[in-house]
Amino acid sequence: MANPLEQFVVKPLSETPIIPGTEIMLTNQAVWMFGVTLFLGFFLAFGVRKKALVPGRLQAFIEMTYGLVETLSKDIIGPKGKKMIPTIFALYMFITTLNLAGMIPGSYTATSQIITTAIMALTVFFSVIIIGLLKHGLKFFGLFAPAGVPLPLLFILVPLEIVSFFIRPFTHAVRLAANMMAGHIALKVFASFVLGFMAMEGVASFGAVLPFAGLFGITVLEVVVALLQAYIFTLLTCVYLSDAVNLH
Amino acid sequence: MEMEVLKFIGAGLAAFGMIGAGIGLGNVFGSYFNAVARQPSMEKALSKYLFMGFALVEAIAILAFVLGILLMNA
Repeated sequence: MANPLEQFVVKPLSETPIIPGTEIMLTNQAVWMFGVTLFLGFFLAFGVRKKALVPGRLQAFIEMTYGLVETLSKDIIGPKGKKMIPTIFALYMFITTLNLAGMIPGSYTATSQIITTAIMALTVFFSVIIIGLLKHGLKFFGLFAPAGVPLPLLFILVPLEIVSFFIRPFTHAVRLAANMMAGHIALKVFASFVLGFMAMEGVASFGAVLPFAGLFGITVLEVVVALLQAYIFTLLTCVYLSDAVNLH
Repeated sequence: MEMEVLKFIGAGLAAFGMIGAGIGLGNVFGSYFNAVARQPSMEKALSKYLFMGFALVEAIAILAFVLGILLMNA
């Protein structure tokens, strides 16, 4: 039986490095990420090419997706976050498409790699610090001391706030990666149950129907999780950016 | 016992942290359904806080997961 973790292996497609003398090679992960970026660019540009007043199916779909992200950032960041909507929208589309591309049989889930999600989470983390310092100067550190708290309590609260601030990019990145990884491992394990039953002789091989039904259910669940985790990543990005823009 | 065996026992014990996250998630979603059943018009406004609470509670489960992975590969 194949190892359920085998699907996450990053392997170079060819042994020749892109830049001679280094170990930078084209891997399957990089190919999927480039492919999804290209696909998204063409898909979005193709979808809104007509700019019709009464949108067609594809344009309506893209407008609704954009509307989802727009209302999200308006609700959480407020009017000051209007400049950030393109970034947030790009982040949402990129994660959603990568997650859904991972559901294609035989494909590679780039978001299950911690490096993919960590880069995005660290980008958000450093944007929060830079935007906060540029906008509010040293007042930004007031983030760690909520207003209206009695002085003795601050001694406990400030270290806690600082720890929770620095742990954010970590949980932000691992949440997405761990969810995608766990789901895909569950899929592989159930698939191996099906194959195990099929290998049996006689009537027992009909038992494969049970894990197959489970596999079907998990696949549906995984599509939901793919969309939900992309949404949660975007929502948390909005929450963190709102801290930088509006302080508390 | 050998270190190899203890590693796996430790990783299994780290998974206990997910009990709390499970209870917490049940609480978050249960309260949400309760609230929406009482006041259906608040569904949109509450769902934002639902996902925020969901993400915060899930962070505990993530820490348990990472601890387990770290112990297994230590």
